[in-house]
Amino acid sequence: MASTGAFVEQFAAVEPTLGGSTGLHALRAVGLARFRAAGLPTPAVEAWKYTNLEPLAALGLAPAATAPGASTRVPEAAVAAVDGHRIVLVDGRVDRAQSALDGLPRGVTVESLAALIARDPAAAEAELGPVPDGLPLVALNTAFVGDGVVLRLARGVVLDKPLHVISIASGPLAFHPRHLIRLAPGASATVVESHVGAAGGFANVVIDVALDAGAALRHYTLQNQGNETFHVAAVRATLAARADYQGFVLHQGGRLARHELVATIAGEGVECRMAGLSLIAGSQHVDNTTFVDHVVGASRSRQLFKAVIDDAGRGVFQGRVMVRPDAQKTDAHQLSRALLLSRKAEMDGKPELEIYADDVRCSHGAAVGSLDQEPMFYLMSRGIDAATAYRMLVEAFAVEALDEIADAAVRQAFGARVGNWLADRRAQEGRARLSPAASGVA
Amino acid sequence: MALLEITNLHAAVDGREILKGIDLTLDAGEVHAIMGPNGSGKSTLSYVLAGRDGYEVTEGRVLYKGHDLLALTADARARAGLFLAFQYPVEIPGVAGTTFLKTALNAVRKERGEGELDAMQFLKFVRAKAKRLDIGDEMLKRALNVGFSGGEKKRNEVLQMAVLEPTLAVLDETDSGLDIDALKIVADGVNALRAPERAMLVITHYQRLLDYIVPDRVHVLAHGRIAKSGGKELALELERKGYAEFLGEAA
Repeated sequence: MASTGAFVEQFAAVEPTLGGSTGLHALRAVGLARFRAAGLPTPAVEAWKYTNLEPLAALGLAPAATAPGASTRVPEAAVAAVDGHRIVLVDGRVDRAQSALDGLPRGVTVESLAALIARDPAAAEAELGPVPDGLPLVALNTAFVGDGVVLRLARGVVLDKPLHVISIASGPLAFHPRHLIRLAPGASATVVESHVGAAGGFANVVIDVALDAGAALRHYTLQNQGNETFHVAAVRATLAARADYQGFVLHQGGRLARHELVATIAGEGVECRMAGLSLIAGSQHVDNTTFVDHVVGASRSRQLFKAVIDDAGRGVFQGRVMVRPDAQKTDAHQLSRALLLSRKAEMDGKPELEIYADDVRCSHGAAVGSLDQEPMFYLMSRGIDAATAYRMLVEAFAVEALDEIADAAVRQAFGARVGNWLADRRAQEGRARLSPAASGVA
Repeated sequence: MALLEITNLHAAVDGREILKGIDLTLDAGEVHAIMGPNGSGKSTLSYVLAGRDGYEVTEGRVLYKGHDLLALTADARARAGLFLAFQYPVEIPGVAGTTFLKTALNAVRKERGEGELDAMQFLKFVRAKAKRLDIGDEMLKRALNVGFSGGEKKRNEVLQMAVLEPTLAVLDETDSGLDIDALKIVADGVNALRAPERAMLVITHYQRLLDYIVPDRVHVLAHGRIAKSGGKELALELERKGYAEFLGEAA
């Protein structure tokens, strides 16, 4: 039987402290039951073919306190350097003292989910919706749902600056924040997430996004967790006609990290873009999984995921695109490219196109390779030493993915993190390595 | 002392011998052309001189300014003043042309004991050289060679040469893929770099380029050896007669 770790045992003690109405308590109980039935995902489950959460069970992590404890300060050097409104969570609980939400434009509300639950538990329950099938960690998140960020934009409202959601882990604890992003017709916003913190915890993040007709969300995620941390995030986006969702995730931390996007295209003229860059080293494991469901036609989806993998790191990309029978004129593309910097590095990919409509344009591609020798020689033939040429080419591969970030300030902030990561690699190695194989990246 | 002295050079690629005893001497201030049929070893010679991996020297020696050139890595050769203009310049997505050129120039300047240029000094320096080759800022800033036409790539090679100011330039089929206007621009750029202290080895299949870059000596490379050497009139003779007399089996 699949392992459930300490979560089931902890539920009885923790759940009553999370607040809410009878209905919400019942919803959490359903979440727990679904999670208990499925257990922590292992490669036995198709959606987790290359990623195993079983080792999490052995850690027996304590649940985060339901009241904010001693405040852990924002580690400014570790979060994305983005100027914007700011809301801070410590161990999954909103920390108002460190947040900066003055000056939000009219028609924009940011509140904590805990406040919504206290103010209007029925509304909170309705917003959370039913517990889905087939997503055991969303079920687990629902079982422990208690806080998170609720962002709402009224019709046609534009959020003037990015909302920066900073999630800090104070220690080896388990926490399950739930964020709700609701954009009314024609509204537009940029949300930046930074996940940082001490080593060894488990962050189980769920973000529910609903974009009404013509609404636009730019959603940028920096996953810079501590090295022993398990980080799992699921973004569930429902996109109405002409909605525009642009997601980007930069992974550079964690022991095991997974970012999952489940996007439902429910109207025509939708633009859904998801891109990512994973910087993987040591024995890190990073999984990007997407499911883009074209229910209605005449929409576009684009995916580009790149990974730079060193040491014995492992990258995973699972991209599933469904084009339902009525989704004619769908235009869907996905591409995964990985650069392996060591013989022990590994990349696993599983693209899946399921197409039930006949008038569509769909494609996918995947390439895995080591650094090409031809550009190395070209740079060196101009006097550039091997170590510098190597760094330039790895950086070039990585930085290309950042072009998917439409917001220039965020692109620059994430670019700086890529530069830091490469500098750290060099410092740790103390030397440049020429990759042994001559096979190129297609 | 000759600037470049190649003696009995043998080289193999993937275990197959391509160069079979090349002797060639180049003095400062000279331009020599190397002509020859396809497969005669012209590009192999250029890669061996530039130090590309996989081009194994099995016999002979190459002295550059009296020192063993083959003992140096490719980047060290470039910093010592050797420049190879590629037949097929490599496209490198994600590396801006200016970043690349500034990194290369400062590496070379450091070796020469000159100070590094800052961003402003560098731009001023490069723009002046680029203008002559009809290369604008937009092309300079683009990713290196990415989406460039054949002519743009070759002009970019000559720009790099002008910026790095090598002592010995090897031009590998710089004329290939160029229309006559592009050829003139490239040749003007090369001629502007002719100088008493600088030598050039111009590798080409066709005589046409040598109408614009007039060589002091012409060598015919066939079957991995210099089969014939002469003055610039030899190029015209080859244009008339073709390479037929050099295409037979090697002795």
